[in-house]
Amino acid sequence: MFDFLSKYDDPSLLGAFWVTVQLTVFSAVGSLIWGTLLAAMRVSPVPLMRGFGTAYVNLVRNIPLTVIIVFTSLGLADIFGVTMGARDNFDLMYFRLAVLGLVAYTAAFVCEAIRSGINTVPVGQAEAARALGLSFSQVLRLVVLPQAFRSVIGPLANVLIALTKNTTVAATIGVAEAAFLMKGMIENEAQTLLIGAVFAFGFVVLTLPTGLILNWLSKRLAVKR
Amino acid sequence: MTSVLYDAPGPKAKRRNLLLSVLFFALLALALWWVWSVMDDKGQLEWSLWKPFTTSEAWTTYLLPGLADTLKAASLAMVIALPLGAVLGIARMSDHRWVRVPAGAVVEFFRAIPVLLLMLFANEFFARSTDVTSEDRPLYAVVTGLVLYNASVLAEVVRAGILSLPKGQSEAAQAIGLRKSQTMGSILLPQAVTVMLPAIVSQLVVIVKDTALGGVMLGFTELLNSRATLAANYANVIPSFIVVAIVFIVLNFLLTSFASWLEGRLRRSKRSTGAVLGADDIDDLNAAKAGGPHGTGAGGTV
Repeated sequence: MFDFLSKYDDPSLLGAFWVTVQLTVFSAVGSLIWGTLLAAMRVSPVPLMRGFGTAYVNLVRNIPLTVIIVFTSLGLADIFGVTMGARDNFDLMYFRLAVLGLVAYTAAFVCEAIRSGINTVPVGQAEAARALGLSFSQVLRLVVLPQAFRSVIGPLANVLIALTKNTTVAATIGVAEAAFLMKGMIENEAQTLLIGAVFAFGFVVLTLPTGLILNWLSKRLAVKR
Repeated sequence: MTSVLYDAPGPKAKRRNLLLSVLFFALLALALWWVWSVMDDKGQLEWSLWKPFTTSEAWTTYLLPGLADTLKAASLAMVIALPLGAVLGIARMSDHRWVRVPAGAVVEFFRAIPVLLLMLFANEFFARSTDVTSEDRPLYAVVTGLVLYNASVLAEVVRAGILSLPKGQSEAAQAIGLRKSQTMGSILLPQAVTVMLPAIVSQLVVIVKDTALGGVMLGFTELLNSRATLAANYANVIPSFIVVAIVFIVLNFLLTSFASWLEGRLRRSKRSTGAVLGADDIDDLNAAKAGGPHGTGAGGTV
């Protein structure tokens, strides 16, 4: 029944899902960093940074991810010559461009999640920190963000799961991940339903444990008040 | 410009903030200058590439038909997914295990799968098993994929909406002797609709954004796809991307603003219970099951 799978070895089924996992992990790390920076900008005392953060989030959240990913290829790579340090290796270049696009898009959602986490930290915490004479960056780094992060693990888990599903958009610029392989397979093989089921199962396997583990973690780490 | 996170700036902080502003401005200006100079180098600033957007041809031949298809797919998907989602959501709260469990499985399954997979599958299914013409197939496939995914998200919205109503509503309905279907149909659902309205409008933004996927992967002639045709004609890659992005931003911004206006209005209204499902809840519901209070939206905690 699964004989046809062995015909595909570049990428193989597992290889394609491995690319999906890599896209997810790299984009998750990148968007966590960029998203936290954006959140810090949005609450900072510098008006220009606040404005930039707000504008970035509102603009990027309203553009389809597909537009952003396709732009990284046709715009950034072809016109602006951004090759991500992989001019001769197209597979690697498009992989990195996809990560760049995913980071730019997902960071907006990470930023909003963290900002809502900052709002859950009781006012007294920041006031006490200021009363001790801590500066803005100290208040944020030492007092507010550590508590905020613990309360946003749940929302961030949701962002991560959405990101895992969003990595399929990388297929639009030819990154050989799961959806890209599925498109090729389903067009050439007769077992439409079986192929759909196999790939669907793959994504259930990827997203379900992530949700369960992070949910357990968010309960364990939540700040008890 | 004070916040709980920092003191009102004194002379030293004012100087530091000014310095940071100047540095940040310089950074932004540098980035902008780089973009500008590359675009100038590649001739993307030439007026001939931008001029098409000031004439009606670019709009009536390419962009507006594309936008119309985007809106058509999005509204079809919403209109079909809404009743389907309502049925699934209510089924998931049934007292009968044999209704509740399958409905829950369907909802969680389709929420865990990327919408692109559903579109690709639907496209192939229509090609092999139905006689939908190849012209109509992309629209059918895109709408089918969007319906399957969004019905399961909307099922959760409906469930969260009904759960967010005060318990007294269904208790009072039972006390006056209404049957379960009557309680749902004439007491809970009408109230839940107002609770859900902002969330449903926010979900439209997600649907509009997802139609672009069909444009690239299935050749559906929506806005992003018609951008490619337009750019092939006028060779204006960057200008066309910018214009299309602006169209999407304006469209989604209008929807988002409408949703938050509705949300605010419903929160302030004295007649409702004050429970509202808003845009933040939608972001959480669009992720697959992460469990916990976030997985069930606002309703989980009531």
